[in-house]
Amino acid sequence: MITLNVNGQRHNVDADPNMPLLWAIRDILGLTGTKYGCGAAQCGACTVHLNGEAVRSCVTKVSRAAGQQIVTIEGLSVANDHPLQLAWNELNVPQCGYCQSGQLMSAAVLLRENPNPTDQDIDDAMSGNICRCGTYQRVRAAIHKAAAMQREGAKI
Amino acid sequence: MKKLAAITVILLIGSAIILSFKTETAKVNTTATLPKDSVGSVKAFISVYKVLMSARCMNCHPSGDVPLQGDDSHLHTMNVKRGADGHGMYSVRCSNCHQAENTRGLHMPPGNPKWGLPPANMRMVFQGRTPRELALQLLDPKQNGGRTKAQLIDHMANDALVGWAWHPGDGRTLPPLTRPAFAAQVRAWIAKGAYAPGADAK
Repeated sequence: MITLNVNGQRHNVDADPNMPLLWAIRDILGLTGTKYGCGAAQCGACTVHLNGEAVRSCVTKVSRAAGQQIVTIEGLSVANDHPLQLAWNELNVPQCGYCQSGQLMSAAVLLRENPNPTDQDIDDAMSGNICRCGTYQRVRAAIHKAAAMQREGAKI
Repeated sequence: MKKLAAITVILLIGSAIILSFKTETAKVNTTATLPKDSVGSVKAFISVYKVLMSARCMNCHPSGDVPLQGDDSHLHTMNVKRGADGHGMYSVRCSNCHQAENTRGLHMPPGNPKWGLPPANMRMVFQGRTPRELALQLLDPKQNGGRTKAQLIDHMANDALVGWAWHPGDGRTLPPLTRPAFAAQVRAWIAKGAYAPGADAK
């Protein structure tokens, strides 16, 4: 049994230590907001937070995550009211939506570390998250908006 | 009685002095020296240089702030940047994709617990350096991470991240020398005088 702390809840999972964390999150715990994209850490769709860092769960083994703090898109906020989620909603960022949970998880790390990012900072943080629909301009606008909301005191 | 006490004190002090010498760490000369031999030293360094300029070493010692990838040393995709500590920025940190070990399979992320570039304040660039420039840089503690010659040898011969170059995972070519042969050439370079090649050396 391996203990995974996901979104504040402790789970004992019967999984091979070499299993990708993504499989445990989706197939064992049923948290399907995190998506499988490339399986090779190339696209960012599977991004989750591991001790606050935006790891690619498709190449992160369950053994690395054991006993650590994992946050998935389902745990980013209690009521889907993270400033990023509010801004995403307001600007209708997603098109097909498949990459968006990964985009949000990466953006959340950026905003935590840099509450007032420039376009360059956003490029530096978000270039590992690919969007085949090409929503990049809206992603950028929404991050700026979320940063402004955060500065104005929205919950984070 | 006074005599006996005085003798005891002298014996105790004497023992303490002897013990203190015995417990002192032996000073080991980790940089063996050979007779100065500028030709031999430079020849050894050229072998070292060829390893350092191979993709497995140079890709993490780029001239810019973007790591390199592949045997063709192209810029790392995903706009990955060095960051202040050499381990990336924001949500694009090295260990977000690179695990403590190589991920199996072609084109999968290689890995090591120390994966990263040199930090921004000590960039240790290899890419684009001539043999002379790189030799002088490696010998300069202000540019080599504060290493003495002994520490430089130890880094090349024993550092785990340097050692990754000889276990790079699927589909990546190895440096032109084995690690023991590489370490031997580093030692020879230093032992024969740590000469830098001439400006026209290739």
